[in-house]
Amino acid sequence: MKTARLFLGQNAGILLAIALFLALYSIYVSLHPNWGMNVVLQNGNETLALILVGMAQTMAVLVGGLDLSVGPLMTLTNCFGSIVMAGTGGSILAGIVACMALGTACGFLNGCIIVYGRIQPIIATLATGAIFLGLALLLRPTPGGAIDGDFAWAFTNDLNELGYTYGWWEDLGLIGRIPLQPVYLALIILLVWIPFKRSVTGRGCYAIGSNAHAAYMSGVRIDRSKIAAFTLAGFFAGCAGIYLTMQMGSGNADAPQAAEYTLRSIAAVVIGGTSLYGGTGGVIGTIFGALVLRSISFIFRVVPEDSTVGFVASPLLQPFFEGLILLLAVSLGAARTFRAKNRLTLFS
Amino acid sequence: MSFRIDTPILIGLVFISLILAAGTSYTLATQGTATFVSPTYLLQQLHFGAFLGMTAAGMMLVILLGHIDLSVPWTLTASAMVASAIGGFAGDMTGLMVGLTVGLVNGIGVAFLRVPSMIFTLGMNTVLLGLMVMLTGGHAPQSAATDLMLFLGRDRTLGVPHSVIVWLIISAAIIFMLTRTAVGRYMYAIGNREAAAYLSGVRTRLVIVGAFMMCSACAAIAGISLAGYSARAFQAMGDPYLLPSIAAVVLGGTNILGGQGKYSGTVVGVILIVLLQSMLSIMQMEEAYRQVIYGAVIILMLLIYSRGRGRAAEA
Repeated sequence: MKTARLFLGQNAGILLAIALFLALYSIYVSLHPNWGMNVVLQNGNETLALILVGMAQTMAVLVGGLDLSVGPLMTLTNCFGSIVMAGTGGSILAGIVACMALGTACGFLNGCIIVYGRIQPIIATLATGAIFLGLALLLRPTPGGAIDGDFAWAFTNDLNELGYTYGWWEDLGLIGRIPLQPVYLALIILLVWIPFKRSVTGRGCYAIGSNAHAAYMSGVRIDRSKIAAFTLAGFFAGCAGIYLTMQMGSGNADAPQAAEYTLRSIAAVVIGGTSLYGGTGGVIGTIFGALVLRSISFIFRVVPEDSTVGFVASPLLQPFFEGLILLLAVSLGAARTFRAKNRLTLFS
Repeated sequence: MSFRIDTPILIGLVFISLILAAGTSYTLATQGTATFVSPTYLLQQLHFGAFLGMTAAGMMLVILLGHIDLSVPWTLTASAMVASAIGGFAGDMTGLMVGLTVGLVNGIGVAFLRVPSMIFTLGMNTVLLGLMVMLTGGHAPQSAATDLMLFLGRDRTLGVPHSVIVWLIISAAIIFMLTRTAVGRYMYAIGNREAAAYLSGVRTRLVIVGAFMMCSACAAIAGISLAGYSARAFQAMGDPYLLPSIAAVVLGGTNILGGQGKYSGTVVGVILIVLLQSMLSIMQMEEAYRQVIYGAVIILMLLIYSRGRGRAAEA
């Protein structure tokens, strides 16, 4: 009983995000005229890049910073990817590896500037973000690039299509209907996030976020953990860029889109239960935070126009409601200000 | 009151001279004229830079408290759009009221509900965007600049653009407030340690709400004059002002964590950014290179600045 309560207390944010997502998505499912695996696939396609950018942002927030370059870095790897992933067969694989390397290198650069240059993350990444966008524009002055159609189709679809396209396997039945996006996510979490979180460096990131001074006194290697966090953020942003390239089939140095992804990534992190002050949370919560954000937009598409709430289906109202829901979600945290017996406890 | 120039302001002034020198040698080499340092050209840059100056002035107050206002772009846009939609002097006043209301809501969210300012103002920005899409969605409201907008944003007296005068007035008011009034002292105190300020009897929540309202009012004034400069109000007109205004404040030596910084530094930061942007455009450099150089200069300046501060701290 006590353990259960402790678990609830420690994971309140993430559980709230999961509940919110389940509630919103069930509304979507119940309103959708012909919901099925195809719709799930389409939803996954529209969400994965945001999830990955949100995961990148989570890394920066965990160590008590904010990374304003995640959107631009995604755009940069997208443009870079549209060039290096343009071939067929093995050269695509090499291109993907190159993109991951580029993202990781840019994240490492961010980390070094922040740690060794002693510049606040938000400002340093504001500047590197401008540089990344400039480089992206340099690579792709106009949108373009042609990714192999078969490849783009197969790798953004479900397991069956992947098998059919390349003749690797035949119909896998129900398992074959699993979309690839959750598979990618599971792979990244199992192979990258969990090993990182359990490593000394990863635990150091949490320690820095909750109390940098105490962490330093306890012998946590602050510099190494911070650089690792921003490097991993770069890796995640790079993955987002790769997925965007596969999904669009081309590269586009779209500055407004980069800014939008950066801002939404912050929202996804907050809804996912990671504290903006650092030290608690994790990328799993952010996944659900991003899913919540996207579910809201999905719902607006399927609200029947002739129902009593039909007026909200108007695309003109959608940005307004998105903002309002974001505001309400973050204001929920304000409950503690009304419970506080002593206002002094709030200043931390 | 001792007069002392801080390191960031000094570095800023050095960079401004470097930019002027680089721009002038470029125009001398290519056109044989020193266009870049001609008074007409510089005044023209100030005319346009004043809008960034007003936005950064408000942003500086909020950053001084250790907060940030990410709703500035659409506060600026919404004020201008509402003002031009209503039209006339009443419209201009409504635009200003829009700004003050946004600031009030931001302040309540941050000071009373204690939501992190970063995320609350971000949400506010989206809400304002949504409201403006609603406003222009069904029908196209009037977007032509009002007389007051033209007067503030476009007209000049004796060759001096009115936007520069407005910027000067705002600057004078802020300098007076920060250095000569209790509210100014409270702002530095809250930025340093809010709990200490609260225990000393400062009504911290009211000061925070006030700072956010001033910030949004500055953005609204910038929006109303910018609409005059471009002769109309349009969607997303404020978007290019968010990041440069933050950069100007930080380059001017205000600590992004609050509590430290001089307003004169922000003015230097604004001039620096405006000149940098205009030098890059006079060289007819591609947008891509402009972005890269812009980012690199900001990082370079901050690196020099943080080195200097590091040495001072060790001494």
